[in-house]
Amino acid sequence: MTSEQKLQAYYFLKLNRALEERLLSFYKQNKVVGGLYRSLGQEAISIGSAMALQPQDWVAPLIRNVGAFLVRGYRPRDLFTQYMAKATSPTCGRDCNTHFGDIQRGVVAPISMLGAMIPVMVGVGWGSRMQGVDRVGLTYIGDGGTSTGDFHEGLNLASVWKAPMVLIAEHNQFAYSTPTSKQMAITDLVDRAKAYAIPAEIVDGNDVLAVFAATGRALEHARSGQGPYFLECKTMRMRGHAEHDDARYVPAELLEQWRGKDPIERFTRQLLDEFGFAPEQLSEQDERVKVLIEEDAEFADNSPYPDGSGALGGVFAS
Amino acid sequence: MITMLEAIRQAMRDELAADDKVVLIGQDIAEFGGAFKVTQGLVDEFGSERVVDTPISESAMIGAAIGAAMVGLKPVVEMQFIDFLACGYNQLVNFAGKMRYRWGQGASLVVRGPCGAGVSGSAFHSQSPESSYLCVPGIKVIYPSTAEDAYGLLRSAIQDPDPVLFLEHKFLYRRIKGEIGSKPIPLGQAATRRRGHGLTVVTYGAAVHTALEVAEQFGDQVEVLDLRCLLPLDEAAVFESVRRTNKVVLYHEAQKTLGMGAELSARISESLFEYLDGPVTRVAAPDSPIPFSPNLEKAWLPGSEQLAQACRQLLNY
Repeated sequence: MTSEQKLQAYYFLKLNRALEERLLSFYKQNKVVGGLYRSLGQEAISIGSAMALQPQDWVAPLIRNVGAFLVRGYRPRDLFTQYMAKATSPTCGRDCNTHFGDIQRGVVAPISMLGAMIPVMVGVGWGSRMQGVDRVGLTYIGDGGTSTGDFHEGLNLASVWKAPMVLIAEHNQFAYSTPTSKQMAITDLVDRAKAYAIPAEIVDGNDVLAVFAATGRALEHARSGQGPYFLECKTMRMRGHAEHDDARYVPAELLEQWRGKDPIERFTRQLLDEFGFAPEQLSEQDERVKVLIEEDAEFADNSPYPDGSGALGGVFAS
Repeated sequence: MITMLEAIRQAMRDELAADDKVVLIGQDIAEFGGAFKVTQGLVDEFGSERVVDTPISESAMIGAAIGAAMVGLKPVVEMQFIDFLACGYNQLVNFAGKMRYRWGQGASLVVRGPCGAGVSGSAFHSQSPESSYLCVPGIKVIYPSTAEDAYGLLRSAIQDPDPVLFLEHKFLYRRIKGEIGSKPIPLGQAATRRRGHGLTVVTYGAAVHTALEVAEQFGDQVEVLDLRCLLPLDEAAVFESVRRTNKVVLYHEAQKTLGMGAELSARISESLFEYLDGPVTRVAAPDSPIPFSPNLEKAWLPGSEQLAQACRQLLNY
């Protein structure tokens, strides 16, 4: 990362976290419709990976990849209004939380069924190459999602077709309440990739620089025609599955241990101590974050709900 | 005169030639030509980049087709047997079928393959699954009965901007022949196959041919209306016919419970109650899996005797 990119990464990390903190306030005020899913502690993965994309690449973020939307140019208001079911949301209230996208921005909207995005992004990469377009498809999966049929079918097809696709597995240790040990008989998700002859790396998911660098390698591999690439980002889900879940099944000492590895605190220390940034440079970014969050929170709060007329139509092109 | 199978191949050939965005995806469809040889020879004409073999991964095949459609291709996915679409249900129904409504992005793709009973295919190579895909929004469903329709409707399906399920009754593949046109046939238009004034048999797919045989027995009494497309549905044609004949038999090979007949029955009852001179009648398959042995399968199939009996009863009502 260049110095400029480092500052940008800092900005996005802080924006991601501030956005979710603001959403939490809305949630407590009963202004969020449905659940609130946090990426607390995992922000470095979305931001490091999305920042490594080229403009022509496409990404399919999942529920904990708010950061990828921000890097792709969406504003906090887009997430606020989605979560609050407002008429001004990207889907005009038709779908929830991170279920939105726009191929003009290279963002594919996810569906709730885990693993489903993998074959789709194989098709994005493969279909682009078919037309002579340089484009890699990137998507994410949690440790829980690696047990789905689509994960295995998708990776196998990607490998057979040598599709330009990158899959980032966020190993955050729990699938809702189920620890990895109850999900699979292996310790490292990269072992799954071996079965499909897909090169894979384990990455420190709480290190934004490491994620950025590894994603860069993965994208380069995929772009060069050598096929898909798999990254396992080790991390920890620091909240429940969603805010309604108090996650009492997570051992306190495990959370305590990971609290010391917070990706934002760590990167902040690095910027100051290792890379010689002045505290004012960071507080400038903090100020930008604050202003944008306030402006967009106000926009979302003041936005109307859709009236019923938007419920019908648009199932087919005509 | 060419077979329905050749007509389907010709439709794909013409679309592959007309539009370089069209690609075929399926199991054993390239050099091998497909389990039923529907795609035979197409790989030689258009190359293995456009006629692509896949692993046995129905879900990944449809998922990849959705992704490819988003970047501008027009994929046509072959299910070796349409029964196996159950393994790709999530991608077709939850991804492809809902995406335009949810976030405004469509996917132009066709899932096609052989369906239907009558060849001792047993429970997993014989089904007519149209109801499963009609009771969820977002997927067009086509079920042709003639070679000409198979050609013209498949061309329209491939050009359509939305996901289309194209059902090909395997019993008809090589048993019926016809002249094909050179143009697409618009979706959503039913065809009157025989005129009659006593009652209307509304049907589609292979059942159209049984209905025509049965109608012969009743002189000018029985009208046969072939739906051709189940969604978009030509409701106006159904209503027009029933308003004239005042009696209707809904006839299909798929299961009776919650089948196309159940839906049409409800719509006719809601809209044409005062036109009806007899009970809306259904002839369709029982609520049981499709048995294997020929005698059992024959007993399971809603055949000509059942249809004739229903017509007789309704005409005399």
